[in-house]
Amino acid sequence: MFESLTGKLTEVLDQLKGKGKLSEEDVKEALKEVKMALLEADVNYKVVKELIGNIEEKAVGKEVMESLTPGQQVIKIVRDELAEIMGEERSDLNLSSDPAVIMVVGLQGSGKTTTCGKLARRLKGDGQGPLLVAADTYRPAAREQLEKLGDDLELPVYADRDQGPEELAASSIDRAESDGSDVVILDTAGRLQIDEEMMDELVRIKGKIDPDEILLVADALTGQEATSIADEFDDRLGVTGIILTKMDGDARGGAALSMVQVSGQPVKFAGVGEKLDDLEPFYPERVAGRILGMGDVLSLVEKAEREMDQDKAAELEEKIKKKKFTLQDFLDQLDEVRNMGTLGEILDKLPGVGNKVDDLDLEGDEIDRIEAIINSMTPEERANPKVIDGSRKRRIARGSGCEVTEVNDLLERFNKVKKMMDNMGSLQKKFGGLPGGLGV
Amino acid sequence: MSWFDRLKSGLKKTSNKLVGRIEGVIGSYSTIEPELLDEIEELLVTADIGMETAMEIIGRVKDRVEKEEETDPSRVEDYLKDELKEKLRDAEEPLELREDGLTVMLVMGVNGSGKTTTIAKIGGKYVSQGKDVVFAASDTFRAAAIEQLELWADKVGAKAISHDIGADPSAVAYDGLDYSVNNDADLMLIDTAGRLQTKHNLMEELKKINRVVEKKLGRPVDERLLTIDATNGQNGVSQAEKFDEAVGLTGIILTKLDSTGKGGVIFQIVDEFSAPIKLIGVGEEQEDLHEFDREEFVEALFR
Repeated sequence: MFESLTGKLTEVLDQLKGKGKLSEEDVKEALKEVKMALLEADVNYKVVKELIGNIEEKAVGKEVMESLTPGQQVIKIVRDELAEIMGEERSDLNLSSDPAVIMVVGLQGSGKTTTCGKLARRLKGDGQGPLLVAADTYRPAAREQLEKLGDDLELPVYADRDQGPEELAASSIDRAESDGSDVVILDTAGRLQIDEEMMDELVRIKGKIDPDEILLVADALTGQEATSIADEFDDRLGVTGIILTKMDGDARGGAALSMVQVSGQPVKFAGVGEKLDDLEPFYPERVAGRILGMGDVLSLVEKAEREMDQDKAAELEEKIKKKKFTLQDFLDQLDEVRNMGTLGEILDKLPGVGNKVDDLDLEGDEIDRIEAIINSMTPEERANPKVIDGSRKRRIARGSGCEVTEVNDLLERFNKVKKMMDNMGSLQKKFGGLPGGLGV
Repeated sequence: MSWFDRLKSGLKKTSNKLVGRIEGVIGSYSTIEPELLDEIEELLVTADIGMETAMEIIGRVKDRVEKEEETDPSRVEDYLKDELKEKLRDAEEPLELREDGLTVMLVMGVNGSGKTTTIAKIGGKYVSQGKDVVFAASDTFRAAAIEQLELWADKVGAKAISHDIGADPSAVAYDGLDYSVNNDADLMLIDTAGRLQTKHNLMEELKKINRVVEKKLGRPVDERLLTIDATNGQNGVSQAEKFDEAVGLTGIILTKLDSTGKGGVIFQIVDEFSAPIKLIGVGEEQEDLHEFDREEFVEALFR
């Protein structure tokens, strides 16, 4: 039922690509579709209007009319316009004080506490010593949640139950100094409603700790209200950046565009999963490209480079090119997949794959089960799954302690992945260079 | 404060804006022109009603204007309300316990949609009616989710059944059911981990919880409820679709209607999945969970 924004725009722009020359009516017609797509993607109405206006101004006229490839020209204008709203360059954290202070704010349920953990993990990975501060003293078990995250990360958590949020915030700086922590990450309370009381408290906390960064955590699922949320937080607190959570779902993320436009502040990170390392830098231009169906290739490459063994990657690329991806390779991938995130998450970033991989997500227990199944296969079966007949399936199921249906499930899933990999192999031959970073 | 007043105060921000703007729009026209309808369509879209549904509703308003040869712009608001109410015709259905024995409710939703708070409110409501209520802490994933549910159980007077973090959520639900049956509980609410509807294995996990409970119960789980955050946009439709596919929804709980969110996405959800709105959440207090009433919902939107 749902077509992705990417799909929608691609469809519309493909119509343009098909034509040699563009009339003014064509551009208008196309932009009507772009407007619909953006609205369906939850981009705020006002933002859409402005965007469409700007694009129309640029597209209807000689730039497009005199171009040899009008479709490409329009794509570029739309993309540039998106990129201009999203910000030209990636914005990193600005942590100049010692200790530096990050204040994390947002509505209830937006994912503040988890995001604090992810930020801490990221900063720790960069060699910093973060101190997590539990200044959400309202939500039941919010402190315990942060303490648990601190435990997992082996990082200190400051959660004095006798102090209110303001005192706690103020004394956390002393605590960081005496502990030798470089960065204070302050988790604050969220409310259901943007109310005065909540904002006043946040303003008072801000006054006590003079943060380097005030990061607004917002949910990528947010609808038209994204603008007013961004507006009100920015108005009262002077937000320095946005972290967009739940970007790993199928939300079309129009909220990002809306919030950046209204607050004038960049999205600095995107939450892309439940694990503590599922926080990615946000590259505005690439995301604009991704909206247009170009795949978030670069950020995938980075993630892959950080965590994937280079030689194996080259080997895999070779196999994909030759369409020789086997179950053994699938198994070899699992450990890397474990580190890199789900297969679905990776494939999601490849151009032309996008949302087609919803049913391919693999995580945790499931990977263990798949490993057990593949380990119960003979080398021949792994290299050539076609030989696996009913009796072999029963043996494999017995050997791995699972049901035959699960073996079938795995084979079916493998075939899907293989097909996708083979397609990529073909693409690779056609265009040169694997469009993903699985091996670049 | 009556629940309607609370709803109104919850919707105040919303309806002030919507009404103010609708009246503003209507006031600037002396006859019904296509531009008037375009502007109203915009207003619906900004309430997260969705482009498709907005166009459909406006189409019907337009048909009626033509059929009745209406020229007075102020009538458009009435037509609009009628159409919006009509859309929600099948949406009203209260949440009820079975007449005898145990009622089991599975509460699910994406991360941060308000599951645990909703469970606490439903539990508290029935405890205050003298019912024995059990919470099964099947969110074994999120740090401190178990503690949060236990705190709520203490607060509202329910019994929490929990395992350690990382435990099999189905096993927790099973034990909860075991306890509920052995102790003649009236209601068991299963709290589940927040999950994005696109996560294949997490949706499989949810199916398993449902399957395990259904098998032990000997009938389908009585209520399979999806919490949807009223600030969500069109993704709410995808949430309803995928959760419905997984376990077959019996109803929606629209949460956080006291936020700036308008909850307009429910029009499309009700339409496409014939899932009634069982409850709405309009605040953080115990009494802020209400039955959904379409008349009042739409009236409140326009007040």
